[in-house]
Amino acid sequence: MGIESKLGDGIITTTLDAVINWGRKNSLWPMPFGTACCAIEFMCVLGPKYDMGRFGAEAMRFSPRQSDLLIVSGRVNIKMMHILQQIYRQMPDPKWVISMGACASSGGVFDTYSTIQGIDNFIPVDAYVPGCPPRPETVIDAVMKIQQKIQQERSREYR
Amino acid sequence: MTTTGKSMDSKNGILNRETDFQEFVYQPQEERLFLNFGPSHPATHGTLRLVLELDGERVVDCVPEIGYLHHGFEKLGEYRTYNQVVTITDRMNYVSPFNNNLAYILSVEKLFGIEVSKRAQYLRVILAELGRIMDHAVCIGTHAMDLGAFTALLYLIRERENIYNLYELLTGTRLTVSYARVGGFARDRGIPADFMPRTLAVCDGLLKTVDEVDRLLSHNSIYLGRTREVGIITPAAAADYGITGPCLRGSGVPFDLRQAAPYSGYEDFDFDIPVGSTGDVWDRYMVRLEEMRQSVGIIRQAIANFPEGELYADSDSKVILPPKDDVYGSIEGLIHQFEIIMLNRGARAPRGEAYIPTEAPNGELGYHVISNEGNGPYRFRVRPPSFYNFQIIPSLLRGRLLSDTVAILSSLNIIAGELDR
Repeated sequence: MGIESKLGDGIITTTLDAVINWGRKNSLWPMPFGTACCAIEFMCVLGPKYDMGRFGAEAMRFSPRQSDLLIVSGRVNIKMMHILQQIYRQMPDPKWVISMGACASSGGVFDTYSTIQGIDNFIPVDAYVPGCPPRPETVIDAVMKIQQKIQQERSREYR
Repeated sequence: MTTTGKSMDSKNGILNRETDFQEFVYQPQEERLFLNFGPSHPATHGTLRLVLELDGERVVDCVPEIGYLHHGFEKLGEYRTYNQVVTITDRMNYVSPFNNNLAYILSVEKLFGIEVSKRAQYLRVILAELGRIMDHAVCIGTHAMDLGAFTALLYLIRERENIYNLYELLTGTRLTVSYARVGGFARDRGIPADFMPRTLAVCDGLLKTVDEVDRLLSHNSIYLGRTREVGIITPAAAADYGITGPCLRGSGVPFDLRQAAPYSGYEDFDFDIPVGSTGDVWDRYMVRLEEMRQSVGIIRQAIANFPEGELYADSDSKVILPPKDDVYGSIEGLIHQFEIIMLNRGARAPRGEAYIPTEAPNGELGYHVISNEGNGPYRFRVRPPSFYNFQIIPSLLRGRLLSDTVAILSSLNIIAGELDR
């Protein structure tokens, strides 16, 4: 069976991308940018019943410099948007963004003078979570979608 | 800060960028540090910003800034019908949504001049007290987490999940319930048969968890060291700043709107008002803990004496949707349904204004609703407890250590959603 038969027991060959992506996707460090109702629901995602630690993403880092998954949970207004942009810029590559809830994704019911109608006008978003607020299962689904996305990425794209 | 003030006077308020700014930054004799606390900081639980002026570890001055979660709730309400506004009120204090629903709907019902049945009042009391427990659970849990005790939060979130399940059983949603309507409740069905037994079961488990948290935290020497004699609000200061709720009762003032001005049938219930003695962070924590026990008592009383009868207001009053049988079975019912649902129709309140103060988990919450004979409020103004409780922060922080900031801020339980609206 190819080169592996020559290498002996306990040694396998794979691609570098597969190993790096496997490591990345199972040790996501989220930065919860919680502003409103969705942040309360996000606490339940981390809580004992739903426990996002099962997906390797329980190490909450409130410093953007230590995290690679930005979870924007809650509505964002004009005054807050530049702070969100600054946080996004401070995160090291590679980084992913989940827009949790209707308000972060599209403004939701808040079609007013101060609300940003979707944060994707300002920062790139990888996964949108519908709901007002979304159920914890939906957020976990989004994290799994991010994991699938990471699995398909190429490390060559990040220099 | 002082130097800029001086030069602003001399030049009619216009800052000179060249000289004033350098002078402002470089002050070697004082060695003050300006620290931004927030708006994205784990201990703010939302989007507050405190600009702290530090002398070493000690806070010299503090300037709070709000508005990072302003979303124009009151403006939004001007384009909604009375029942549609209920969905916005949920998002104001998102930790205890039903209490917001209740405060709003009581004012609107006063405007319409209708009174719901005792059965509906009691159901509202049960839901409001569950909301109070949820709010206090998050407050105590995050407060303990900020001070380094993570376990209490996990215990209390477990109980919160149980209460979520109750809400979900009754209303169909976990958090933003939007359940109250003018003259009754949202769904065209009764109370599920297993709602009351499950509520009682949740209450039993809740008391155990509260005792557990009590044993875990209340007399822990580290916790006592960080909360005793910290952030003292005197009764006089509380009155000056308009502080209400557990923060006022922690100072030893036995004022609770549920007994001072009963609404929604609270006069039928027998419960104690827990008060603190010194008004420090520990007292506010203990008041919240005891209020959770009292809320359980109120829920048990309400379930034991749950009245029979109609859950909804009389459908002749033309404010509540008719039963579905009527809608499909008779032309009058169908017209009635259309009259309420269609946006250019809807139930219209007589001209006037109404305000009913309610005891929300954080303090006095009330909606001042003004009617211009339209099918929605002409204008409504919220009296949020957090906005008033937030004002006292600079005076509490001055002279304290930086680490006390976290304890004081979380004990006041500022919810940014209702602070900024």
